[in-house]
Amino acid sequence: MLARLSQRYGVLIALAAIIALLPLVFPSTYYYRVASLVWVSAFAAIGLNILMGKAGQVSLGHAGFFGIGAYAAAIGPAHLGLPSLAALVVGAGFSALLAYLVGRPILRLRGHYLAIATLGFGALVALVITTESHWTGGPDGMPVAKLSLFGWRAGGSGTWYWIAGGLLLGGAWIAFNLDETPTGRAFRALHDSEIAARVTGIDVNRFKLQAFVIAAVYASLAGSALAMMNGFVNPDQAGFLHSIELVTMVVLGGLGSVVGSIVGAAVLIMLPQFLTVFQEYENLLLGFIIIVSMIFMREGIVPTARRLISRGRA
Amino acid sequence: MTILKVDDIGIAFGGVKAIDGVSFSVDAGQIFSIIGPNGAGKTTLFNVISGIYEANRGRVELSGENVTSFTPDALATRGLSRTFQNLQIFQRMTAVENVMVGRHLRERCNLFADLFRLPSVIRQNRNTRDAALNFLGEVGLRGSADMLAGSLSYGACKRLEIARALAAEPNVLLLDEPAAGCNSVETEEIDRLIWRVAEKGIAVVLVEHDMKLVMKISHRILVLERGRLLIEGSPREVRDNPAVLEAYLGKHGARQPARA
Ligand SMILES: Nc1ncnc2c1ncn2[C@@H]1O[C@H](COP(=O)(O)OP(=O)(O)O)[C@@H](O)[C@H]1O
Ligand SMILES: [Mg+2]
Repeated sequence: MLARLSQRYGVLIALAAIIALLPLVFPSTYYYRVASLVWVSAFAAIGLNILMGKAGQVSLGHAGFFGIGAYAAAIGPAHLGLPSLAALVVGAGFSALLAYLVGRPILRLRGHYLAIATLGFGALVALVITTESHWTGGPDGMPVAKLSLFGWRAGGSGTWYWIAGGLLLGGAWIAFNLDETPTGRAFRALHDSEIAARVTGIDVNRFKLQAFVIAAVYASLAGSALAMMNGFVNPDQAGFLHSIELVTMVVLGGLGSVVGSIVGAAVLIMLPQFLTVFQEYENLLLGFIIIVSMIFMREGIVPTARRLISRGRA
Repeated sequence: MTILKVDDIGIAFGGVKAIDGVSFSVDAGQIFSIIGPNGAGKTTLFNVISGIYEANRGRVELSGENVTSFTPDALATRGLSRTFQNLQIFQRMTAVENVMVGRHLRERCNLFADLFRLPSVIRQNRNTRDAALNFLGEVGLRGSADMLAGSLSYGACKRLEIARALAAEPNVLLLDEPAAGCNSVETEEIDRLIWRVAEKGIAVVLVEHDMKLVMKISHRILVLERGRLLIEGSPREVRDNPAVLEAYLGKHGARQPARA
């Protein structure tokens, strides 16, 4: 256990070092933006991975919570006179409440049924955002006030790089924390055998709900951060494609692996940037690469790599 | 002192009566075995008692409390623990983590303390791990503590399930064919383990096909046939009963296939 503990802190330190040193190799300020996008997406993916990789429950509507966070950051300052940071907290609280209310009935469903129910939830959020145009700007989206803390305004992509990096470190730390606690063990137990978890005294509905709420708060915070960073929100951020993108990050990187979620986010954000040279074939190629990776690395990139490395050592 | 009381339980699946009017009671420290041919309803009876199935009729009492139709986790809170005929281990967790989950009800579980891994959580974790290691030691698996449960042998998984069930410190333990698929050495170990468990005052309900084991360690034996209670009595009474010889040993042979 000690070895695993120090390994975990090792990962956090390595991650902090990467965040700190990466700007040294950025050829232009554009890369600050791409990296910030990776950090924010990775943060959302880590949260979703707690639900999917640890507790073993799927959500195909998670961008709904991302969208709620994003629009909270937009609507709070614009319509309610809330400071950005307060809007972010209110958005996260609202997402948690909504996850609790929605999760209670639907987390009793299993497998495909749960997938469809969460998909419906995501579609509903996107629909509300598109139709309530006097609040949200409708399909065109709306501008977002810049984050300001005690008179200091978070401006350029350089500043946001550090905020997003800090957020990611915090998110990874919490996810690691959870692993070796009664809650984290309950998640993993109900994933492996729900029936054994129940006879062991685990209230599986309660723990599924907790995982769902945690993942919703992660997504909401990521949404708020991205909205403030971009200075703009649009309904796509709550849409089905974005939900699928988040799930892909989690599965491609590796279910249950925190590092995997970061790698998955990096691949999904950066690959399209490299593939732009292929112009109209970009999406085709991206899909092809994802399919091939899943065929050859079924457990995801990071768990596969870990297995190969430990086999090489043995 | 009666800990577990089962009264006139009946359950049917699609009109077929899997259990039909079975009653018995088990005292603290008693080893109570349930035998019968494959398909007799032994596992179904366990599933009713542990709240996985809801019976159509009858009543279950734990320490005098009516717990009929309680959920499995509510029953666990009241001191009921069990293992499964078809293994139900947490494959992606280590052996010691499996047993730590068994101590779930003995731990304080607070989401916020866990998210931030407060010092109290770290302290509790250490205690839980120590306790879990002791239970692993009791089933002879201490050396495999940090191995992934999914990588353990079948016999080891069987014992791991027992350790997990014991870790809850239950007062009733249901064991569904703990020696199935185990070699004679492992069976011998399980035999001694069950003795030790009963000596602690835990009521043990055992479903087992290994007749030698059953005859040797049981205080009472209940014979189930097609969902009905055929006879209940001491090992001697059961062994000498002509109906049992006819219905169970006679028809199916003393050498039951280990599987069910
Ligand atoms: N969930 C279920 N649905 C339908 N039939 C079941 C179910 N569970 C058990 N049965 C039936 O109940 C009978 C008893 O099975 P079981 O309790 O597994 O027997 P045993 O453990 O004594 O071998 C069998 O005929 C089995 O098919
Ligand atoms: Mg059975």
